[in-house]
Amino acid sequence: MAECCTIPDNDKPDKRKYIPFLLIPLAIVIYVFLDPGVDYLVYNILGLDKTTPLTKAIRFFLYDTPKVMILLTVIVFVVGIIRSYFSPEKTREALEGKPLFIGNIMAATLGIVTPFCSCSAIPLFIGFVESGIPLGVTFSFLVAAPMINEVALVLLFGLFGWQMALLYAATGLLIAIVSGWVIGKLKVERFVEEWVYEIKTGDFQMAEVKVTFHDRIQAGYTAVVDIVSKVWIYIVAGIAVGAAVHGYVPENFMASFMGKDAWWSVPLAVLIGVPLYSNAAGIIPILQALLGKGAALGTALAFMMSTIGLSLPEMIILKKVIKLPLIIIFVSVVATGIMIVGFLFNWIY
Amino acid sequence: MKIEILGTGCAKCHKLEEMVRETVKAEGISADISKVDDIKKIMRYGVMTTPALVIDGKVKVAGKLPSSEEIKQLLGGK
Repeated sequence: MAECCTIPDNDKPDKRKYIPFLLIPLAIVIYVFLDPGVDYLVYNILGLDKTTPLTKAIRFFLYDTPKVMILLTVIVFVVGIIRSYFSPEKTREALEGKPLFIGNIMAATLGIVTPFCSCSAIPLFIGFVESGIPLGVTFSFLVAAPMINEVALVLLFGLFGWQMALLYAATGLLIAIVSGWVIGKLKVERFVEEWVYEIKTGDFQMAEVKVTFHDRIQAGYTAVVDIVSKVWIYIVAGIAVGAAVHGYVPENFMASFMGKDAWWSVPLAVLIGVPLYSNAAGIIPILQALLGKGAALGTALAFMMSTIGLSLPEMIILKKVIKLPLIIIFVSVVATGIMIVGFLFNWIY
Repeated sequence: MKIEILGTGCAKCHKLEEMVRETVKAEGISADISKVDDIKKIMRYGVMTTPALVIDGKVKVAGKLPSSEEIKQLLGGK
């Protein structure tokens, strides 16, 4: 997908590796003083009237954009370092010979931390199948890896709070585990293209390279350049739309069609969300604003998960190795899981 | 020296090929460079992430774009 195929510039002078560390205290200071600072800027310096929709929108934008960008930079950096301890090859090794249910749990969990991009979905899929990892376990990985990513978690944490981030991660993990397990039970091996089974994979024989902590910091830095340079525009655009919604859309406007009483809003959200491919960066700020206007939590969650977790480009890539019936099964099982989560949360809250 | 670049055609794979060719030229290394696009051949190396750099049949780098400094070292240049 769009998230993977740009070229990071690795040829930076070494000294730059320490810039992120120097910026962390600065980031904390800005983060702490952001709220009063933006208030001061909007009401005192710009002298805007607190009650107008325009002021509400401007304040929302000026506060949320730097907040999310700071969080994003810090967390992507840390996650980049953590990810350098994992690789698809190591994950495969860990999953080999694991029974179905335990395998699903492990695959979904490793899916969060293993560096993965959809453009290597095919070699990864073949690599897993070849080493005898059950299809169900492989799918748990393929559901969790795109759905629970650091960009989504940062935005949820920054805009909704840690509870929402945790809720999203936990339910996403559950969906990945259960859908993989269900797919595993359905005996779908015959829907994998025959040539996949014929491929002979060699043992992975990468030369042992000693990875120093210095290299891992570099990995964190590369991740920041790579990810932030790609998603910032979506974040700014998403927050801008969110700000407009925040200022101009009347209270409870969303209640009638995204509210909890409209039961059909959950399946509709999933139906729209699956073919719609957007990254978390653009979609979450808008949803946050909509939630404030009476949209139901379960509906918003369902929309988010189906947009981020299931995407048309990924299905097209996977179509090369699995046949259409399995793609349909895969999407239906995961979409059903997302809908159950949506209904559940609309019912609880 | 036999150098193979494994990749199914993503931007990073092309970039790696380009970097390797540049390094080989700049360092005056005699090498036979080829790009492997075929997924079946790629899988034979057991690699699950592209781009990958294979030198004399051994996978040296997989799943990331090395810096030109690293490439130089891997190719044995000083």
